[in-house]
Amino acid sequence: MAATETAGTTRRDFLYIATGAMGAVGAAALVWPFVSQLQPDASVLALSTTEVDLTSIAEGQMVTVKWRGKPVFVWNRTEKDIAEAKEVQLSALLDPIARNANLAADAPATDENRAGEGHEKWLVVIGICTHLGCVPIGHSGEYDGWFCPCHGSEYDTAGRVRRGPAPTNLDIPPYQFVSDTKISIG
Amino acid sequence: MSTTMSFRSSLLRPLAVAALAFGLAAPALAAEGAPKPPREEWSFAGPFGTFDQAQVQRGFQVFKEVCASCHAAHLFSFRNLAQPGGPSFSEAQAKAVAEGYQVQDGPNDAGDMFDRPGRLSDRWPSPFPNEQAARASNGGAYPPDFSTLAKARTYEVGFPGFLIDIFTQYQENGVDYIHALLVGYEEPPEGFALPEGAHYNKYFPGHAIKMPQPLSDGQVTYTDGTPETLDQYSRDVTAFMMWMAEPHLEARKRLGFQVMIFLIIFAGLLYFTKKKVWKSVGH
Amino acid sequence: MSGHSTFEPKHPALKWFESRLPLVGLIHSSFVAYPTPRNLNYWWTFGGILSLMLVCQIVSGVVLVMHYTPHITLAFDSVEHIMRDVSYGWLIRYIHSNGASMFFIAVYIHMFRGLYYGSYKAPREVLWILGCIIYLLMMATAFMGYVLPWGQMSFWGATVITNLFSAFPVVGPTIVEWLWGGFSVDNATLNRFFSLHYLLPFMIAGVVVLHVWALHVVGQNNPTGVEPKSPKDTVPFTPYATIKDGFGMVCFLIFFAWFLFYIPNYLGHADNYIPANPLVTPAHIVPEWYYLPFYAMLRAVPDKLGGVLTMFGAIIVLFFVPWLDTSKVRSGVYRPLFKQFFWIWVAVCIGLGWLGAKPAEGGYVIAGRILTIYYFAHFLIILPLLGLFEKPKAVPASITEAVLGKNRGAAPASAGVSAPQTKG
Repeated sequence: MAATETAGTTRRDFLYIATGAMGAVGAAALVWPFVSQLQPDASVLALSTTEVDLTSIAEGQMVTVKWRGKPVFVWNRTEKDIAEAKEVQLSALLDPIARNANLAADAPATDENRAGEGHEKWLVVIGICTHLGCVPIGHSGEYDGWFCPCHGSEYDTAGRVRRGPAPTNLDIPPYQFVSDTKISIG
Repeated sequence: MSTTMSFRSSLLRPLAVAALAFGLAAPALAAEGAPKPPREEWSFAGPFGTFDQAQVQRGFQVFKEVCASCHAAHLFSFRNLAQPGGPSFSEAQAKAVAEGYQVQDGPNDAGDMFDRPGRLSDRWPSPFPNEQAARASNGGAYPPDFSTLAKARTYEVGFPGFLIDIFTQYQENGVDYIHALLVGYEEPPEGFALPEGAHYNKYFPGHAIKMPQPLSDGQVTYTDGTPETLDQYSRDVTAFMMWMAEPHLEARKRLGFQVMIFLIIFAGLLYFTKKKVWKSVGH
Repeated sequence: MSGHSTFEPKHPALKWFESRLPLVGLIHSSFVAYPTPRNLNYWWTFGGILSLMLVCQIVSGVVLVMHYTPHITLAFDSVEHIMRDVSYGWLIRYIHSNGASMFFIAVYIHMFRGLYYGSYKAPREVLWILGCIIYLLMMATAFMGYVLPWGQMSFWGATVITNLFSAFPVVGPTIVEWLWGGFSVDNATLNRFFSLHYLLPFMIAGVVVLHVWALHVVGQNNPTGVEPKSPKDTVPFTPYATIKDGFGMVCFLIFFAWFLFYIPNYLGHADNYIPANPLVTPAHIVPEWYYLPFYAMLRAVPDKLGGVLTMFGAIIVLFFVPWLDTSKVRSGVYRPLFKQFFWIWVAVCIGLGWLGAKPAEGGYVIAGRILTIYYFAHFLIILPLLGLFEKPKAVPASITEAVLGKNRGAAPASAGVSAPQTKG
């Protein structure tokens, strides 16, 4: 042993480290497919558009459609609802950001930025309370928008949060008007 | 070297053979009376095989224009056309294909089903609503679904071929058979009693197949100057079917090569580490 | 057995923990200090390889369940969904389906090794029997797993195997209906098979713990079959056995990867890519390769109940090998006649496997009968008689003596040098 030790030490250490490192790399690489499989699969990712025919939604009526497994509220607002939303000063809002996927991330939460582009009657929001994911109840609450039964968050007629604990306005999904009477979400 | 060494190698050899011989459950398509399909050259065969994109695109054209009028492919979605490792159409091209089809959706608010143009997320529409309807329209025979067909067909390779296939990595039995079948239509030999409504095929088990010869020269118009022959159509559509049955074949072989390289280097390192560790111990 | 070192915690926190639950000490004594014979060859690495395969199958299986749907209308499509849409789903599914075959390849080598070196002999009978139980559980697990993709072979394999139980008089038909939960293999069958396929691997893991426990009580056998007599005969498990097992495992993984990445459907059946159809039986029903020898025995007997009993008997007889082998010498290395009969028996097993894949007709059936009789004769006649009549070769006095005899010309072990070619 004594004869071989001095000559062999560095090479042996290198060998041990290289083997150990290789094993660690292999184990880490092996973990990846098993983690990667958790992400939404290709068929789920493809199911991303929902079309809504607006002709059957009367003024004042709010319908719920499903997009990516989540409820989306499509609301044909009355003049009164719109006027109410427009009156609100930005400074009075808990969350002054539009949260509109179709606009820049820092767009202010004016009613124009919340309602459909060129179609101010229409408000399209994801029906998930931004607090902890419950579905708020429409046409209710002090602000005439939504009231969340879980923890009491309230939203106004533009889907903006007016009373906590929800931190942000209801999200607006990416959508566009295919025609005046049809929108395509996603 | 010694008794220990020799008994070790004598233990090794038969066991290796045993391990291989147990693999002989070669799945068998009934091959009674049918000759073995010849083995073809496929671009996707072997450890570095990849699909020939142009060929798979042509194959899709043949499938779309000919096969799909009777055969379903219920696991195939329009979006698959645009994914890497196959025909790899652009997303716009795949969308255009999808929009060319009417897909049933619904129910709408009135509770009715309705047709709309296809989207990428839609499955390939089946030509018949169910198996019974397919049989009724095809003289009682059910045109098999194409989704996994290239992997669902094979023929018995026999000894020792099935062992050699392990080393040559031959897995193209299904496409060999399908290609042979497509070009295997012939006049029945003298004295062969062909049942009513059947056709004679050299490679079909029992020879009497209900499907009339589906492809013939000049039937599909290719835009890229590829010869418009039966043989070419058959190869193209078969390659397409292989992709449809195994859409991640390229990724599998690519990852396989990386893993192999890694494992071989790792095994080498372990071998030398093991030698070092055991150096001072006779064993 | 005396260990090479004992675990003495130094850190106060570890001392505190060890005095309450000596977990690290247990691991240390089982997998670090555990004395392992110095002369083990690479056939002994298959125990470690089997542990690796069990973990591999459980992990990949748990992940597959996240995407699989056990319902007759959805099972086939959900497996294809895994193959097509789930990120790396094809990899995980092929790991699981080929892993089953690799598991069996490893277990057969492990069993043949045990039979060759007499690892079942006293005091290792319980160890051997636990192994036989694991093998039975593996067979059941693999069978039920093969049903889950709900292809044609899944369905008809399940139909044929469950019908085996109808051979039992009086209660047979009732047993089969209860197995099915109906009047044919159907959704209820698929659901219970799924449930049991998830359960059994954990039972296997439990019996594996007992198997390893029993192993650590009696110690490992070795190629000489001579028990270690002094600390010189053994080396500590870590690093000696761990590094050797690690090398064996990676070599096995290369073999596995060859199938997994390049010929992933070679060991399966093409028919299983056709969705199950209860109205049409495939032309050739063949079980998975690892059942073929038993399938050949089943078909070799012209009587239904007789065939079933023969098939089960072929496994049951393994449980009694410790008492059927009457030889006083443990290892086949020192038994010249046994060695020959062992290889004949291995050839018979392979022959039965080959016949199992052949149609049950003509000469194949006759050959199947002859080989089936030989299979049983090996255990029931040859093994007991061999021990009485065979003249064994001289058995070395100790492992160290055997090793030094082999390494003649090289310096003794204590000098720290040995011939470079003597690996494993």
